[in-house]
Amino acid sequence: MIQMEKVSKWYGMFQVLKDVDLNVARGEKVVVCGPSGSGKSTLIRLVNRLEVHQSGRVIVDGIELDDDTKKIDTVRREVGMVFQSFNLFPHLTVLQNLTLAPVWVKRVPRKEAEETAMHFLGRVRIPEQAAKYPSQLSGGQQQRVAIARALCMKPKLMLFDEPTSALDPEMIKEVLDVMVELAREGMTMMVVTHEMGFAKTVADRVVFMDGGRIVEAAPPAEFFGAPKTDRAKLFLSQVLGH
Amino acid sequence: MKWARENLFRSWPQTVATLLILWVLWKTVPAFIDWAFLDAIWKPDSKTCRAAEGACWGFIAEKHRFILFGTYPYELHWRPALATVILIGLWVFSAFRQFWKPWLTLVWIAGLFLIGVLMWGGIFGLRYVENERWGGLILTLILTTFGIALAFPLGILLALGRRSDMPVIRALSVGYIELIRGVPLISLLFMASVMLPLFLPSGVTIDKLLRAQIAIILFAAAYLAEVIRGGLQAIPRGQYDAAHALALPFWRRTYLVILPQALRIAVPALVNNFIALFKDTSLVLIIGLFDLLSTVKISLNEPAWTGFGVEAYVFASLVYFVFCAAMSRYSRSFEVRR
Repeated sequence: MIQMEKVSKWYGMFQVLKDVDLNVARGEKVVVCGPSGSGKSTLIRLVNRLEVHQSGRVIVDGIELDDDTKKIDTVRREVGMVFQSFNLFPHLTVLQNLTLAPVWVKRVPRKEAEETAMHFLGRVRIPEQAAKYPSQLSGGQQQRVAIARALCMKPKLMLFDEPTSALDPEMIKEVLDVMVELAREGMTMMVVTHEMGFAKTVADRVVFMDGGRIVEAAPPAEFFGAPKTDRAKLFLSQVLGH
Repeated sequence: MKWARENLFRSWPQTVATLLILWVLWKTVPAFIDWAFLDAIWKPDSKTCRAAEGACWGFIAEKHRFILFGTYPYELHWRPALATVILIGLWVFSAFRQFWKPWLTLVWIAGLFLIGVLMWGGIFGLRYVENERWGGLILTLILTTFGIALAFPLGILLALGRRSDMPVIRALSVGYIELIRGVPLISLLFMASVMLPLFLPSGVTIDKLLRAQIAIILFAAAYLAEVIRGGLQAIPRGQYDAAHALALPFWRRTYLVILPQALRIAVPALVNNFIALFKDTSLVLIIGLFDLLSTVKISLNEPAWTGFGVEAYVFASLVYFVFCAAMSRYSRSFEVRR
């Protein structure tokens, strides 16, 4: 589903990604973790080209990403994304947030798009909020709307960029529950998160990044049970310690 | 008493300020009421006016038709009057959100067509009146209406252009905005009226009103562009990320996600510019168009009525104020939402 080969990226003089190789198979769930500044957010944002890599190759669903906007749009239609700060459209109602892209990008008839939207709002367990504006919802509810919005495009792959980092502790579970359910249904997922519990439950593979490189990549049992590198051990002691 | 003590005399500086303001009001308000109402002359008779202490509203009574309609043929004044009513009606009608439907465009086209027919005539048995003779309030309103209607979209395009990734478009937008902003409107109007004809091939003429209108549009667009750019800059990057991630192409992203938010942020500044534009139209008097303020000025030239400038300008100010106050009052309804 995703193939990255020797991907590098610089911000000015600073190299955020150094020859990263990563493959994500169809149906696989990959959790990316690592200390802040390790390049994990940049990595996930390369997949739908919110960030541009300077060398190496990024191939998503068989399409190699370059400056061709047609290819970029094709990939973006197939790839849903959920952000740390929700990024719902504040001037639109929940329902309008969910139908916007299906109607204007995929040309789905409005009525059908609304039915799909209500279906996914039910799946994230807030169908009664359809007519409200995002600012009227709690953080957890907003993030679940954001997940539903991405799902309304019927994506083949879902990207989650620290989806629970901006949430109050009591709301984290309601979002993770939705994500676990999505994983059980077989969605291909790439998740940047510090929620190690989530990683243990659903991940097929945990990718640990530090300093712009993938330091370790292993199934969760192996990664949590017997981390190979000192950096991973240190990180785990910090994340799991508190 | 309790209210007064809490709100007007709570501390020594506040008490001093309150007393000072009361004193100023005591000195000015009764004097103004005497002048404007009690000692005022309402009959259009310049001799009694000169003898009287107060305001001479008789001047307005005598000259109101010239002030409102300018040099438009006197017996045909019902035409600009009706056109004025239609134009104001269109604005009021458009102020209601529930009418913001595609057919509103058709209403405007029909309304403007009707106004054109009324003002020019020449068909349906209406006598033809060349637009050199248009004047007064309707001229001000026409210049403002087309000024806002055309400068606004142009301003949006310029603001988007200035933030574009394409260097040529960005350079052109920046160049245009900085060039126009660096020049007073008066000089643009002069250029439009004096220089533009020199560049046109012989035989081609654009009339004075259209030239002034174009100058106003080009001028206003540059200012609006900067205001809209301010709104665009206030949009968080996450909104762009989300729109990109949903594969919305540029124009749909701009129209559906970015502009609705940016324009709402920019409302106070936009209205500020619209009000400025409305009043700036009075500058067309320097190229010989007779807008509301010019007709006031001209009506003061008649020997019998010289010296009643205060009344005349109070009247003109009132007219301007009513329109500007309406605009600013209406704009507040955008700000309180959510």
